[in-house]
Amino acid sequence: MRPFTYSRATSVADAAKSAASVQGARFIAGGTNLLDLMKLQIETPTHLIDVNHLGLDRIEKTADGGLKIGALVRNTDLAADRTVRSDYAVLSRALLAGASGQLRNKATTAGNLLQRTRCPYFYDTRMPCNKRRPGSGCGAMQGMSRSLAILGVSDACIAQHPSDMAVAMRLLDAQVDTMGADGTARSIPIADFHRLPGDTPHVETALQSGEIITSVTLPKSIGGTHVYRKVRDRASYAFALVSVAAVFDAKGGTRFAFGGIGAKPWRTEAADAAAKSGAKAVAQAALNGARTTHHNDFKQALVERTLASIYRQKEARA
Amino acid sequence: MSSDHVTRRGLLRGSAALAAAAPGLSHAQPASPVKEGSPMTPVELTVNGREVHLQLDPRTSLLDALREHLHLTGTKKGCDHGQCGACTVMVEGRRINSCLTLAVMHDGEKVTTIEGLGTAEKLHPMQKAFIVHDGYQCGYCTPGQICSAVAVLEEIEAGIPSHVTHDLDRVTMSDEELRERMSGNICRCAAYPNIIAAMNDVAAGGKA
Ligand SMILES: Cc1cc2nc3c(=O)[nH]c(=O)nc-3n(C[C@H](O)[C@H](O)[C@H](O)COP(=O)(O)OP(=O)(O)OC[C@H]3O[C@@H](n4cnc5c(N)ncnc54)[C@H](O)[C@@H]3O)c2cc1C
Ligand code: SF4
Ligand code: FES
Ligand code: FES
Repeated sequence: MRPFTYSRATSVADAAKSAASVQGARFIAGGTNLLDLMKLQIETPTHLIDVNHLGLDRIEKTADGGLKIGALVRNTDLAADRTVRSDYAVLSRALLAGASGQLRNKATTAGNLLQRTRCPYFYDTRMPCNKRRPGSGCGAMQGMSRSLAILGVSDACIAQHPSDMAVAMRLLDAQVDTMGADGTARSIPIADFHRLPGDTPHVETALQSGEIITSVTLPKSIGGTHVYRKVRDRASYAFALVSVAAVFDAKGGTRFAFGGIGAKPWRTEAADAAAKSGAKAVAQAALNGARTTHHNDFKQALVERTLASIYRQKEARA
Repeated sequence: MSSDHVTRRGLLRGSAALAAAAPGLSHAQPASPVKEGSPMTPVELTVNGREVHLQLDPRTSLLDALREHLHLTGTKKGCDHGQCGACTVMVEGRRINSCLTLAVMHDGEKVTTIEGLGTAEKLHPMQKAFIVHDGYQCGYCTPGQICSAVAVLEEIEAGIPSHVTHDLDRVTMSDEELRERMSGNICRCAAYPNIIAAMNDVAAGGKA
């Protein structure tokens, strides 16, 4: 690990201001992604701002019936929250499908959204990677790309977004609430939060320099039947090859979001619109524009089969 | 004032308890040597009920602070990347991977390691159950397994759901639940069935 200095932020505004003014500064929350990457010198911050003691660890109902989730709420606590279990079960399910009990006890809402790709070439500092070292090329495209994305990819990068939680957040139309270095607060719709790689795969989100996530807000619950189905190489403690989040709401509407296949948590209106026509039609709509490699082409069939299994599960419950 | 000395004694007693549970543990990996450049930072922890004051390079993981500075070598370093669970300890009553967190981030907090769960004279019920059920072979993963196992039973008791919980509001004890909740602790010797048996034993027998 490269040397760094460490400080505990005393207020949200302070944290944002010093993150923007101190060169090489980064926030640290659970540390489960950042420290992993720092040990490998993929991330090399010179100053860490600890945001764990700012009181951002609460879950509150909003005036319009939604839920405001503090940026520092641990994944374990969010999954176990009574309101989340009953009104946003797909979020509980997605969280519980991720990582391990120990990691979920540390991992936070903001850190989870911001976790970086699991592309093996991003992790191998001897290999070219446009995300890690802009302009160096992409090791994955001609390499082992089995786990990588098939939607939203570019000529520069085909990395997948690894988060389970973010897929449920995308499905539920969450808003990411932030404070900028100048003290201004804003809310970013989750659909606009993660960026597609394009020519700049190292730019991953809409966050500006110093901007700190304060909370993630969910709109009023849409009720219905919530499902999160994750397909992976092991039954537990593995990242998704494909995951599907679905809500069949009380009024007959259905929505889907997908993990493991997109450069960001994936959702399309066309897939939701095809819901009545079944798994094959939804898969076709969702996978429109897919760009696969020899290694990850199997994900297309896997998406359809995962959807089929969700439909069966839903019918069995009805 | 450094309390390294005081802590060390407590620790040696603790390691004896560990040795009883898992004979022949000695293949610890050395921590990376402290490099120049980071100013030392004071860190105060309560480890196994004992207050310790340390001066640490901010890069020091909680795991290295325990092993290299407090000589509490019961907690093991397997992968150092959050992937194996060998470094599992309890911080403020919750299990975490001590390799993926900085000691400075826990200034003022309470840490419980395998040495704090039981002693050679008075083993924790889970330590006893691991011995009775042969919940290990080489023993390297065992301290992490035991810390996790103790925490898992508490989590089920507290009604915290898992990936395999059918009804999120009704958490029950089952082998399926125990296996899922222990998936963050890898055992190269594949002692898994015996670990589940040990956990079931403790769960059934209460705190015997
Ligand atoms: C072995 C292993 C297996 C895993 N398996 C899964 C899995 O199956 N599914 C899954 O979804 N995830 C998985 N994860 C990833 C895990 O979910 C993430 O590491 C975790 O969610 C990151 O949260 P954190 O709080 O620890 O983030 P940190 O490591 O603290 O931070 C991550 C990033 O977010 C930034 N940041 C943190 N807080 C803020 C804030 N408030 N405002 C602005 N920026 C902020 C940091 O600067 C950093 O860049 C796994 C991780 C490991 C190590
Ligand atoms: S896919 Fe993206 S992250 Fe992976 S090597 Fe290519 S540029 Fe890097
Ligand atoms: S050493 Fe911490 S998880 Fe492997
Ligand atoms: S007992 Fe050998 S690794 Fe688990």
